[in-house]
Amino acid sequence: MFKWLHPYAKPETVYHLCGRLMPWLMGAALLLLLLGNIWGLAFTPPDYQQGDSYRIIHLHVPSAIMSMGTYSAMAIAAFIALVWQVKVAQWSVLAIAPIGAVYTAIALITGMAWGKPMWGTWWVWDARLTSELILLFLYLGVIALSGAFSDRQTGAKVASLLAVVGVINLPIIHFSVEWWNTLHQGASITKFAKPSIDPSMLWPLLINILAFKILMLALLCVRLRTAILVNEQHRPWVKALAGD
Amino acid sequence: MVTLGPFLKRELRLLARQKADWLNPVLFFIIVLSLFPLGVGPEPNLLRIIAPGVIWIAALLSVLLAAERLFKDDYRNGVVEQLVASRQPLLSFVLAKLLANWLSTGLPLVLLSPLVALLLNVDMPSFIVMLLTLLLGTPLLSLLSVLGAALTVSADKGGILLALLILPLYIPLLIFASAAMEAASMALPYHGQLAVMLAMLLFALALVPVAVISALKINVS
Repeated sequence: MFKWLHPYAKPETVYHLCGRLMPWLMGAALLLLLLGNIWGLAFTPPDYQQGDSYRIIHLHVPSAIMSMGTYSAMAIAAFIALVWQVKVAQWSVLAIAPIGAVYTAIALITGMAWGKPMWGTWWVWDARLTSELILLFLYLGVIALSGAFSDRQTGAKVASLLAVVGVINLPIIHFSVEWWNTLHQGASITKFAKPSIDPSMLWPLLINILAFKILMLALLCVRLRTAILVNEQHRPWVKALAGD
Repeated sequence: MVTLGPFLKRELRLLARQKADWLNPVLFFIIVLSLFPLGVGPEPNLLRIIAPGVIWIAALLSVLLAAERLFKDDYRNGVVEQLVASRQPLLSFVLAKLLANWLSTGLPLVLLSPLVALLLNVDMPSFIVMLLTLLLGTPLLSLLSVLGAALTVSADKGGILLALLILPLYIPLLIFASAAMEAASMALPYHGQLAVMLAMLLFALALVPVAVISALKINVS
């Protein structure tokens, strides 16, 4: 496996791979986003209790899932960057962090917008909301830390270390609704049990989750390409690319 | 080989000579606490209700104040660099820092807590729980602030960045500490929260030194 992975430690290869993948990922993400959102927002039946306002689930749940999924991706990249000193992994930590921060912010904002009509308040200090807010702070911390050093490489390494330390928060967020009896409801979809959500509402939600995942990969490709160009600007292959 | 003695002696001697390093955070703790009755009014019942949160927030801020200078001097005058270069295990250095940091910032807060309890009108059963949470919580505060200080030691704008990094990590501790004190003030069992705090402390004690050592190495190279 390492033989197969090895060429991808070379920035040039990753740059071209991302360039090849990016249009496909972006196209698929846009298509699925359109499909999932139009289906979810316009063609699913309204909830018997919540009426139409439950439809925000189609944005809230995918972005909340991806706020944690993006963090784990970032932490894995950070771990690789620290242990094997792979430069591309370092740059991808910094490339992923803003994407994850935006997903987290979307999850928090849509959750607040849903909480106002349903719970009667914009914000409650419940375990899941608080830990999701901490997650946003962790993302912002990684971004701020990476920019605080005069040496860009040190900044990337230290930010990777913080990303690995912050992994501790992921299980806390994930299990917060089970460990503490809080206002936020438990998961509606699980891998093992029959989902507690009607199939007519489930399908657009699953499509949107997939769409958010692919969109994350597409955005990562764009940002990673830029990061590679910035960091490798003095290498001959970048100069040749710019000369074309 | 862990040789704690010489490192700890050096840290304590430094603290004895730079009294402002540990006296200022303690003063800060008392000043922040005395601001609350002025801000929210001197009503004794109100003070008793907000006491758990207020005490812990003041403790977090004063520990944060002490954290910034933890590694700064040793980094500037090259001690950290020499230690990394000499291939001595950094563990004893880090553990000595931790212990000295707790002795100079955590322990004074524990010792001051009877005074604080008097100021904020905390009754005896709640005070005992407050003492227990401070005993369990302040070492964890020291661990996290040493980690934050090690991460930002060579950063250009360390101070505010340090707050941004470690305050989120303090939040779980704050939640459980004030939950324990609140449960005690309502005569409910509070051992669960204390057990969670102890678990967090042991977990951090096992892993934080490793992270601190690698952060120092990154900052030196």
